[in-house]
Amino acid sequence: MKQWTEIGHIDDIPRLGARVVQAPEGDIAVFRNADDEIFAIEDKCPHRGGPLSQGIVHGRRVTCTIHNWAIELSNGEAVAPDEGCATYYGVTVKDCIISLHLEQAATPTLVAVSE
Amino acid sequence: MKGTKAVKIDRLKKLVVAADGTETPYDRLLLATGSEPIMMPIPGIYLPGVVPFRNILDVDAMLGAAEPAKKAVVIGGGLLGLEAAHGLMKQGMDVTVIHLKGTLMERQLDEVAGDMLCASLEKRGLTVIRSAETKAIVGDGVVRAVRLQDDTELVADLVVMAVDIRPNIELAEKAGLHCQRGIVTGDTMQTYDGRIYAVGECAEHRGRTYDLVAPLFEQAKVCANQLAELGHAAYDGSMTSSKLKVTGIDLFSAGKIVADEDEEAPVIKDAGRGIYKKLILKDNRLQGAVLYGDALDAPWYFQLMRDGTDVLSNRERLLFGQAFLGDSGHSTENVILDMVDSMEVCGCNGVCKGEITDAITDKNLFTLDDVRAHTKASSSCGSCTGMVQQILAFTLGTEMSETPADKPLCKCTEYIHDQVRTTILENENKTIAGVMMFLEWQTTDGCPGCRQALNYYLLCAWPGEYEDDQQSRYINERVHANIQKDGTFSVVPRMFGGMTTANELRAIADAADKYNVPSLHVTGGQRIDLLGVEKEVLPEIWRDLGKAGLVAGHAYGKAVRTVKTCVGSEWCRFGTQDSTAMGIKIEKMCWGAWTPHKYKLAVSGCPLNCTEATIKDFGVVAVESGWELHVDGNGGVKVRVTDLLCKVETEAQVLEYTGAFLQLYREEAHYLERTAPWLERVGMAHIQNRIVEVSESRKALHQRFLHSQQYFQDDPWATRAAGADEHEFNLLKMVG
Repeated sequence: MKQWTEIGHIDDIPRLGARVVQAPEGDIAVFRNADDEIFAIEDKCPHRGGPLSQGIVHGRRVTCTIHNWAIELSNGEAVAPDEGCATYYGVTVKDCIISLHLEQAATPTLVAVSE
Repeated sequence: MKGTKAVKIDRLKKLVVAADGTETPYDRLLLATGSEPIMMPIPGIYLPGVVPFRNILDVDAMLGAAEPAKKAVVIGGGLLGLEAAHGLMKQGMDVTVIHLKGTLMERQLDEVAGDMLCASLEKRGLTVIRSAETKAIVGDGVVRAVRLQDDTELVADLVVMAVDIRPNIELAEKAGLHCQRGIVTGDTMQTYDGRIYAVGECAEHRGRTYDLVAPLFEQAKVCANQLAELGHAAYDGSMTSSKLKVTGIDLFSAGKIVADEDEEAPVIKDAGRGIYKKLILKDNRLQGAVLYGDALDAPWYFQLMRDGTDVLSNRERLLFGQAFLGDSGHSTENVILDMVDSMEVCGCNGVCKGEITDAITDKNLFTLDDVRAHTKASSSCGSCTGMVQQILAFTLGTEMSETPADKPLCKCTEYIHDQVRTTILENENKTIAGVMMFLEWQTTDGCPGCRQALNYYLLCAWPGEYEDDQQSRYINERVHANIQKDGTFSVVPRMFGGMTTANELRAIADAADKYNVPSLHVTGGQRIDLLGVEKEVLPEIWRDLGKAGLVAGHAYGKAVRTVKTCVGSEWCRFGTQDSTAMGIKIEKMCWGAWTPHKYKLAVSGCPLNCTEATIKDFGVVAVESGWELHVDGNGGVKVRVTDLLCKVETEAQVLEYTGAFLQLYREEAHYLERTAPWLERVGMAHIQNRIVEVSESRKALHQRFLHSQQYFQDDPWATRAAGADEHEFNLLKMVG
């Protein structure tokens, strides 16, 4: 079950930069572009798994540091002619506070064990 | 409106009238009517069995008529005619080529190369009749023979006309547009009516018409820019080159083919091996090239022509090709023709020849950039670029003629590197956004390519004034460590002149233990590399190393890397000077400087040269009477031995020349251009002049270097260990 989770203030991320959120689903890269739009995609390039958060942000894209693949920030898709897709996450910004739409942290459940 | 023929342009009403009477209004009109093959005005030209050779329908007609053992005559021994003849021969036909001139492909080849080509084609079974004019085509209902001016008759079941082409200008002429051989256009591709444009084979620009595909692409790009009302692109003509698409015949021609009086034409001719190379030089600049039998270096010569490079310093080796410029990288495996499809071309990305040729044909690729985007070949270290270009040239045959050089800085702009740098200085642009706005960048905030280049150009132009833009830095330069394939980083402390102390080594060992550094490696530049450090602990490890006096080694940057030294006269029996102390002084002066690409130095204490100073960007070799200064070497994928810049006597001179040369490279090279290709582009004569001959120029460069260094000799590790750029090293949040 997914829920909105506050992760920080937009000024925690530099313009044209990114920060990483560690979540149960893996590392998530949160980007801020020149127009202060915020995007969140899995921190893993669909090509060879390079950390997208380390790339250079331009327009609504990020270019991976490892082999220069460009990825669309809005949907995680690789820019043609490259093919592939990184998972993207829902983002809202309210009063400069960023929230991500994430799986709820797993709550410990009691399991009856029969002996 | 496919299948509709335009018959009239009404320029007053701005309408195009079609054959079926429909009228289409226009604001802007683009004429791309192409050309038609010339059918010579001789008797019998319209007999069945006489076909032109221009489009796919003509090819189908030819293939339909091609039957083994039957006879074909091709009229015209130019590029197109010879390719048609070759194709028909492969279908098993008995083929004769009739050519008006004494030399085959006389527009592309000189007499010698034309004769060699003729001999080679004849050896393959083609009959060639030169200096022969066709008088008539004879037949009764169908073609039977071709009659020449001297009344000899050649029996023919098929006649292919490949004489020349004629631009289709009828529509434009009727509309009263100025036409000569083609529709005359200006540099914006506009005709004499500013609302009407023309591109391609129907257009005539500065007195030239083109019949290749590459110039059309260049024209179309300019035209699109104008139609989109951007208005800053102009077409200044194409430099074209030709290759013959006949397997086993390696041939290339570009620019001038015969030397004028004020030009020189060095030649190699080896008839036994079937090799002929001729270059045309004027004032040590390449004006043209004719290559027969070995066209391996075609892209290189073409590039030198476009760049107008002064080739004085390597003239004596020029004819032997790029492989002989000390560049011994791929010379033996370079022969594209002999390569099997499974042979790897791009070692970085694991791309084979077959994948490249398939991509070119299946996806209709025409340019190097296209091939890079689709296959990744040559997109990493770039050392196989020449091979990829050759594969492209060979696969496309005559259609290739990508115009190199004068390439814009990147796809975000039409301006080239040098224009951007000049603009930054002349207009005192001091921010990336300012440059982009001033030069009307086509993207809002550029791309990784131009952002990094602009950041460097601004840093170099305005030291102390321009604020380094961290978001326009590659990750390694942003966090001052090298990212590894697993996302961890490597840390290389600076050891001036390759010297270290027990104390420094102890600090490195302690840090390795404390932070569980999995690997320690001794680098080629006499440093120690701590590999596998997590990003989060970088500031801490730097703080520990800093306590022992260790600073950033800039092994991560386009920057001055290392000064390698030997132990010199202090310890070595052969040492003539104290190379270690010299190296330390040089490194103390140069460390911290950002450069267009990585920059490595070395100082050897004697001519035995144990530090390999002659394959460095800047190498100093001590001799009894002073110091030799060597420049523009490279020990990477393509080994290039340095050129001797000059010899100096004192240590102070070594420092002045070192600083001046480094500053010249910083100010003139394109971003990501190493010293070796920079030298080959601008010529050694230019560098000699700025550094050796004109002492004021050298002193001014050195002063500018020292001025700039005031701002850059600031240890980036210490500032980050003290808390700067904290966000680069920490998680934003941990959830769940």
